[in-house]
Amino acid sequence: MEVTKVTNATRIFKIGEIETKALRGVDLSVQDGEFTALVGPSGSGKTTLLQLIGLLDQPTTGSVTINGQDATGLNRNQRADLRKNAIGFVFQFFALIPTLTAYENVEMPLLLNGTKPAQRKERVAEMLEAVGLSDRAHHRPDQLSGGQQQRVAVARALATNPKLILADEPTANLDTENGKQVMDIMQRLNKETGVTFVFATHDPRVIGYANRVVTLQDGLIIKDGRANGKS
Amino acid sequence: MLQAFKLAYRNIWRNKTRSLLSALAVGIGMALLLLMVSVLDGEMTGALNNTIRLQSGHLQIRPASYDENKVSLKWEDLIADPDQVAAKIKSLPQVTVATPRLSAGAILTLSDESKGVQILGIEPDSAANQPFREGMLKGEFLKADDREGILIGNILAEKFKLGVNDKVNLLVTTSNGDVNEQVFTIRGIFTTRTPAYDESTIFMPLAKAQAITATENHASTIFVMLQNSADAEAVAQALKSNNYKVLTWREQNAFITQFEDFANAFFVILYLIVLGITATVVTNTLVMAVFERTREIGILSAIGMKGGAIMAQFLAEAALLATGGVIGGLIIGGIAVAYFTVYGIYIGDYGITGALFEDHIYAHLTLTNTVNLAIVTYIITLIASLYPARLAARMEPVEALHGAGE
Repeated sequence: MEVTKVTNATRIFKIGEIETKALRGVDLSVQDGEFTALVGPSGSGKTTLLQLIGLLDQPTTGSVTINGQDATGLNRNQRADLRKNAIGFVFQFFALIPTLTAYENVEMPLLLNGTKPAQRKERVAEMLEAVGLSDRAHHRPDQLSGGQQQRVAVARALATNPKLILADEPTANLDTENGKQVMDIMQRLNKETGVTFVFATHDPRVIGYANRVVTLQDGLIIKDGRANGKS
Repeated sequence: MLQAFKLAYRNIWRNKTRSLLSALAVGIGMALLLLMVSVLDGEMTGALNNTIRLQSGHLQIRPASYDENKVSLKWEDLIADPDQVAAKIKSLPQVTVATPRLSAGAILTLSDESKGVQILGIEPDSAANQPFREGMLKGEFLKADDREGILIGNILAEKFKLGVNDKVNLLVTTSNGDVNEQVFTIRGIFTTRTPAYDESTIFMPLAKAQAITATENHASTIFVMLQNSADAEAVAQALKSNNYKVLTWREQNAFITQFEDFANAFFVILYLIVLGITATVVTNTLVMAVFERTREIGILSAIGMKGGAIMAQFLAEAALLATGGVIGGLIIGGIAVAYFTVYGIYIGDYGITGALFEDHIYAHLTLTNTVNLAIVTYIITLIASLYPARLAARMEPVEALHGAGE
């Protein structure tokens, strides 16, 4: 089943009189259970593409579907609703809410989608367990290492059981060991739960985990190939 | 909603100093308003009570020809057989006191100095004179059969350096236009703590005042006090007759109520200025918070928080600031109001014609005013937070994620 489909998407940014074409007409279809890497040099458009898939931004032309639903023309709140249940995010910076504990950060998307308290508690515990941070549940982000924070972010992204997780340079700010840990966890969850991962990266070690590598350059997909994926 | 407040509470403590200063600004603003409201209320209530107690009573019975702009001692402009009229009024259950009084203009002379004064002929034994009895500073109160004694106010006494048992000469115009003159002995000196009154009023027994003005069994007015001031209109209606005019305290003191309306309108502008300043502080604080937390707003938006919920987040923060501010305002304002309720503010001789202001203004804070101000402060703080809250709610997640932040 197709989790997301991008059709002939362009994204043009205007700063004053100057137009920058970040995407020049991209077609991409991601199937259920894929572990896909978007690769390419800086400025190739991989983050922009990830943001379009994540409905954080809208294409200038073209369309994006999520789980078969066309997101073109949805307003800000409708996009937020769709994101809430269908997509999880892991960002390059450790995007946790600094005033909330690890537990509360993971709980936040469950609060937003109205999960009942008992189920919420169970699910948060399960997710923290899955990323190996049960013993850090009541620590705030500034009491956690970068790798731990990113693992909390992974747990949060998976909390609502979305079909698609988008990760933008998830290991860019981590050392090799922590980067490996995060990637191992993401890969394990992909295999165990079947959740689809699409991540933007230019780290060769990360690319090695992917079972599909999509290469972008100057706003266009120049290569789309299957890979074995590190196991 | 609970989550919004939980997050708001923690966010407030992220920058303790800034939050405390913002809440303090709201608190000081509210305290200032509490003080302003209570002083204005105290001044007006005080002036009104004073004027009722000393001058107008709750009701006055005047002859049909009464004109407030002239003091006439002609018999047709006076009430005949005032004792009978007063006794009849006193029989009404709402009435506590009804006593005749005679007003006359006079000139007090003392060697080469003179001053225009108001003679007030009173029934010395009447309970209506209680404020004057309580205000006796020196000497004794008048006796009904005293034919030479008078009481003077302390300001007049100080001005002419007069004391008890000193003698003064009074020149009085009589009912038929002649001038009468007599030397009187000062029996006592009183104060009503109302400089305008104490400088120009001389009391003498009604019988003596009638004798010296040749008004015989006549009085200018019947001074009436009621159990409850709210009954004034009803009692006035009951006493209505062709021979007399019945004036309520409200009619007699229209000046004070008009002045109060004017003062209230003027104070609304001051309230708006004070609240405008506090609102600016709150807006500024929250705008800073929005810009500092741009990336967090982006994260919340990315994980599915809608604009309304993000807005609620900042409104909750403003509500907590407002709560702290209002509590602080009640404490600071409460202390200030309590001080001025007990000690007052000295204003000296505040000479406004038609109103008897005491030399001190005592703050008077009502529950209604307190609750109203707390609500207004709360609402203004929330309104002030609408702009930053909308600013946060309208951020595009992708831009917010790229924004500054922790």
